[in-house]
Amino acid sequence: MATMRDIKRRKASIESTEQITKAMKLVATVKLQKSRVKAENSRLYFNMMYQTIQEMLKKSMGIEHKYLKAGDSKKKAIIVVTSNRGLAGGYNANIIRLVTGSGVSMEDARIFAVGRKGRDGLARKGYEIAADYSDMINEPLYSDAMQITRELLNLFGKNEIGEIYLAYTSFKNTVSQVPRFMKLLPVDMNAVEREAGSETGSSQDLLLMNYEPEEAEVLDAIIPKYLSSLIYGAFLEAVASENGARMTAMDSATNNAEEMIEKLSLQYNRARQGSITQELTEIIAGANAIEG
Amino acid sequence: MAEEMKLQVITPDKEFFSGDVTMVELNTADGQMGIYPHHIPVTVVVAPGVLKIHMGSELKTAALLSGFMQILPDKVTILAESCEWPEDIDGARANEARIRAERRLTGGSAETDMARAEAALNRALVRLSMTDKK
Repeated sequence: MATMRDIKRRKASIESTEQITKAMKLVATVKLQKSRVKAENSRLYFNMMYQTIQEMLKKSMGIEHKYLKAGDSKKKAIIVVTSNRGLAGGYNANIIRLVTGSGVSMEDARIFAVGRKGRDGLARKGYEIAADYSDMINEPLYSDAMQITRELLNLFGKNEIGEIYLAYTSFKNTVSQVPRFMKLLPVDMNAVEREAGSETGSSQDLLLMNYEPEEAEVLDAIIPKYLSSLIYGAFLEAVASENGARMTAMDSATNNAEEMIEKLSLQYNRARQGSITQELTEIIAGANAIEG
Repeated sequence: MAEEMKLQVITPDKEFFSGDVTMVELNTADGQMGIYPHHIPVTVVVAPGVLKIHMGSELKTAALLSGFMQILPDKVTILAESCEWPEDIDGARANEARIRAERRLTGGSAETDMARAEAALNRALVRLSMTDKK
């Protein structure tokens, strides 16, 4: 049985932890609202971009283009978007698990880390960290995404990497964030076709669509933009997810702390009562002894 | 009343402009281009330049830095990586960027990425041309 002092000390420590988790939850909530608006604003651009690329590829089926087939190199670049700070529940661990279980062997993978947690976690497992852009995730800018795209396409052009993947957490809603692993390059024609099959909206216009300059040149210009927009979108979603995950994690931490404090209070009161009873018994016993 | 078409300018951060317009003028990879309603469907790569939006007799200008554009007979969609109204441009900063880019171009070592420096210079010039008009 713990003494009263131990229980009291324990309770005080949990109370201060609760204050911290409560504050973190509030901060995460505010950040979530901000990052969520940003992520939603960027979706419009991204969706238009996706649609345009899809239409182009559908129309120019079978076109030969360097970005549409894998490079000769066996190396695969993986952009891993995680957070710089922990205490976000399973947020970072999920992404790391996603990468290790993605089927890309450790020898072939070159990690382009965005976020310290993912970088450290994967480095500990023995992955090769090719580059670290962890500063970006604090305040992602579109130019950051452009920079990564440029560097990756440069490596792709030099045949140092054959494929490019992106691992990030997509934001469904406040309580649900889904880790996703997607192939950026080569642009997956089949996936595009599959998705296109379900939609027949503006096909009339498509048949007439012209390209200026030629299709191959347009692809040259548009695919890097497409990648940048994907990466930027992933950044924004990841930031929203991070805050969402942290909010949920801190909420349950606060709840747990409350529960624990309640339990400890009960224990403390019981111990206090016990010690008073014991003291009384001792006094009475002492008095009886003197009288007797 | 001239015929109108829908113009939408979208940047990664927001919907920059959306509305009915009578004509759009801008720079493309192949040169300057003006688009009226009922244009044939075409997808064009946009070059840095001034975007002019005509709405009847009203004219709006913006600095359009890069992106591409999809033209349909009744609708023009510009996906811009960056687009700014003149009042949002910081003249001093743009001027600084111009000087930096020029320096990189003239004193370029083998490592400087000429294409990038040139693009940066272009962007700075577009921004500056907008601020001068103000």
